[in-house]
Amino acid sequence: MKNSEIWIAFYTILVREIRRYTRIWPQTLLPPAITMTLYFAIFGNLIGERIGEMGGFSYMQYIVPGLIMMSVITNSYSNVSSSFFSAKFQHSVQELLVSPTPNWVILLGYTLGGVSRGLCVGLTVTLLSLFFTHMALESLFLTIIVVCLTSVMFALGGFVNAIYARSFDDVSIVPTFILTPLTYLGGVFYSIDLLPDFWQSVSMLNPVLYMVNAFRYGVLGVSDINVYWALVIVCVFIVVLFSFSLRLLNQGKGIRS
Amino acid sequence: MTYAIEIRDLKKRYDGGFEALKGVDLCVEKGDFFALLGPNGAGKSTTIGILCSLVNKSSGQVSIFGTDIDQDFAKAKKHLGVVPQEFNFNVFETVFNVVVTQAGFYGISRSVAEARAEKYLKQLGLWSKKDAQSRMLSGGMKRRLMIARALIHEPDVLILDEPTAGVDIELRRSMWEFIKKLNEQGTTIILTTHYLEEAEQLCRNIAIISAGEIVENTSVKALLKTLNQETFILDLDNPVPTDWSIEGFNVSIGQDGASLEVDVMKGQSINLVFRALDAMSINVVSMRNKSNRLEELFVKLIKG
Repeated sequence: MKNSEIWIAFYTILVREIRRYTRIWPQTLLPPAITMTLYFAIFGNLIGERIGEMGGFSYMQYIVPGLIMMSVITNSYSNVSSSFFSAKFQHSVQELLVSPTPNWVILLGYTLGGVSRGLCVGLTVTLLSLFFTHMALESLFLTIIVVCLTSVMFALGGFVNAIYARSFDDVSIVPTFILTPLTYLGGVFYSIDLLPDFWQSVSMLNPVLYMVNAFRYGVLGVSDINVYWALVIVCVFIVVLFSFSLRLLNQGKGIRS
Repeated sequence: MTYAIEIRDLKKRYDGGFEALKGVDLCVEKGDFFALLGPNGAGKSTTIGILCSLVNKSSGQVSIFGTDIDQDFAKAKKHLGVVPQEFNFNVFETVFNVVVTQAGFYGISRSVAEARAEKYLKQLGLWSKKDAQSRMLSGGMKRRLMIARALIHEPDVLILDEPTAGVDIELRRSMWEFIKKLNEQGTTIILTTHYLEEAEQLCRNIAIISAGEIVENTSVKALLKTLNQETFILDLDNPVPTDWSIEGFNVSIGQDGASLEVDVMKGQSINLVFRALDAMSINVVSMRNKSNRLEELFVKLIKG
């Protein structure tokens, strides 16, 4: 395919993905907005006032970056996993497979579709948080870089999940039993300084901790970990997941006999 | 000579060990109307799946319009349009979007895609449904939608896998008229079907696949010439007595007494039957084949 044709194919996949989640916005965009508003109201306002400060900020200010990242991670992941698995389930993925669209374009289209939903929800949650607290911004550049890279990483994770999934249960198992615990234990609600040494060390094995803290550093300027390490880790994960996903696509894993 | 489709020693062994194709050789000429027939599980869908990259081949060579799929599958795919057996579009998309989105996957610009979508949806009688969700269409409309989608990049070869399964007679006829016109305009058509009369009426050349091997590959005319015997049913204006015969022919009288079944061997002339009936003042009002001729050959070839 010529470059212009590749661009059209990529744009088509991306637009189709965006059209999909905006068409079903009560299932995709509204729930995270409601959930996060409840988090802000209950954890931030009601309970947060009794907790006091954390990392030199009010508890509400401390958890806002974590909650934004939580929604970005969850939505980037679930958009790709559910969309690609649905395409497999309905066999509509064959529309792409019979076309000359290169596999890397398919992967990029689905990934950026997931990223767009993650960022859309992240922005919505950010705007909602402004009703509850004042948001500082330490580094706009770092904030954007971290949120985008994290979103890409989890969108790719969702793609791998969708490739291996054989039922809708398989699509929900990873977010429920792996992603949610990792996110809750990834420093969204607390600083790992509060944990005993052993659990601090265990927490350092959680990749979500690095992303949440790097994002919090971009917003508030405080972090439990070295931000540059966080960026390196996310980039390594992206390269590994992209290569792995592309390999699976080239092999036709789960989509070709 | 460059063929529309050229398959050499194509083999496919699935993960479970099942050997679906055992060395298929098949050539389809440009502009042909070609039938690929075979019983369920014979290897038709596997062959088509390999052509359109839904199945990975184990070994062998496949070329589409002279392009080897191992060398440049993307280029080869541009020549190919596929109408699969099962509905495989996004059922929540509108009819128009299903077709235009497919064009995008082929790198066709939006303006060109929209013009073509209008052209094909109109030709296939779906234009009034362009804004309907595709899941709301009837079975026949869904089939036509898949044809419109397969044509959106104006392929040189159109593969139709059981396109008329479950489609009513009127729609089937209009569908075939449309496909025949496409063929007359130069598009190579490859068809799999269980309706053998369709293959007999429409196709010029035919291949029969059984247990992963091509057991016959010839023109429909040549294949029909190999029939040794045909059975005709003659409808009579009045019932006839049972105690008579026609020399050289096996004749049986129907239960109502007003029809005859006559076996005509290869080389025999059915005129002899008419002369004999005329001599006995028996009037024939209509005549038809007892069974589809191709069907008889098909069963014979498959049984081996």
